[in-house]
Amino acid sequence: MDVGVWGCRGSLAAPGPETIRYGGNTSCLDVVLSSGHHLILDAGTGMRPLGVMLDNAGVDEVHVLLTHLHLDHLQGLGFFRPLFRPGVAVHVWGPASPVQSLSDRIAIYLSPPLFPVRLADIPSDVTFHDEPLEAVAIGSATVRAAKVTHQGPTVGYRIEEGGASLVYLPDHEPSLGVTLANHPADWTSGYELACDADVLLHDAQYGDDEYPRHVGWGHSCVEHVVDFAAKANVGNVVLFHHDPYHDDDDLEHLLVQARARWTSAPERVRLACEGMTITLDANGVAFGAQAARA
Amino acid sequence: MRAVGEGAGGPKSLPLILARELAANLATPMFLIDAGGTLVYYNDAAEGLIGRSFGEQGEISAGQFGEMLQLTEPDGTPVRRRDTPAGVAFFQRCPSHRVLQATGYDGVRRTVEVTAYPLFGTTDEMHGVVTVFWETGG
Ligand SMILES: [Zn+2]
Ligand SMILES: [Zn+2]
Repeated sequence: MDVGVWGCRGSLAAPGPETIRYGGNTSCLDVVLSSGHHLILDAGTGMRPLGVMLDNAGVDEVHVLLTHLHLDHLQGLGFFRPLFRPGVAVHVWGPASPVQSLSDRIAIYLSPPLFPVRLADIPSDVTFHDEPLEAVAIGSATVRAAKVTHQGPTVGYRIEEGGASLVYLPDHEPSLGVTLANHPADWTSGYELACDADVLLHDAQYGDDEYPRHVGWGHSCVEHVVDFAAKANVGNVVLFHHDPYHDDDDLEHLLVQARARWTSAPERVRLACEGMTITLDANGVAFGAQAARA
Repeated sequence: MRAVGEGAGGPKSLPLILARELAANLATPMFLIDAGGTLVYYNDAAEGLIGRSFGEQGEISAGQFGEMLQLTEPDGTPVRRRDTPAGVAFFQRCPSHRVLQATGYDGVRRTVEVTAYPLFGTTDEMHGVVTVFWETGG
């Protein structure tokens, strides 16, 4: 599978000269399977330029896997060009709620006065699915979700294809109330989903010094993501969901901290940046950068 | 890989994980049974009834647990396991509250109010049962 990072900012888009190297768009990844299917992880503002690229390419089926419905993971949906093209099949997956269907909850955003177009008037063929807590096959991949600690119903996703595995946990606070390093793995939120993944993209919103002021906000600091990744024995860690108040230099400082904590293989910890590519196949994992985008 | 909620020793579902963290931070004895009927956790406050920490005890079946903590009616009549609040919550999937006598590892009989309720996830699947013991004297 080929992964493109179209947005890796957390909470709120943060464009500007101080975030130019890592990007200001919020969470959105495009995972292209060997079968040609597109799995889009979250619908943050990075989904707008991704939609332009997919529309130009004439893609007529996409699967949008939403971790939760906070706006930084949903706002791009209304600006996703394929959504407005008749004949395009858009499958939207997201966490179930006991009180309202996924479509009803998304319609709160996709309706006036928050948005000019009603969900019911969208011309593409949109189908909603509750999160796949049991693995489902989509194209050449299997996709599975698991509920994780954040604020409100939230899931992470695991995508497997050809023996390679990618795990996406952009908003996750597995350390809430516990010390992760010596906490039992079986009792750790997200552990079973992330176990032995080749690549883990994980919430790294805060520096370790910032976390005490944000306990219970649903996010992780550098110490947490490194300890979680080590516990789950993942191959590569990508620090994701960058705080909108962190500029590029701040992020590089967090990377130094993360690498100092993962002493066994510091080169396997990276910062997510817009335009990053990740290729996972039988040859292993390769990180790169996208050519000029649409 | 083992499925979530499969039973002893496996990864736990999020409602159980969150219930454990709540229990770990309370001074009230609290027990957790998973969807398969295994006692998967009790907190430090429950040690006073059981006589050892959960770390020493480890996961056991609800049946074995019943032998460690004898429950009777206030008049001493034994209570069947399925009629205890935890049994009602597990088998009938509804909340239950009773005043009972609990005899722990030390042989001391205590009057307790016991509350148990099932943990239902967002899609209505049952993840387990929470049981709280309120010691009321006696
Ligand atoms: Zn977020
Ligand atoms: Zn969030």
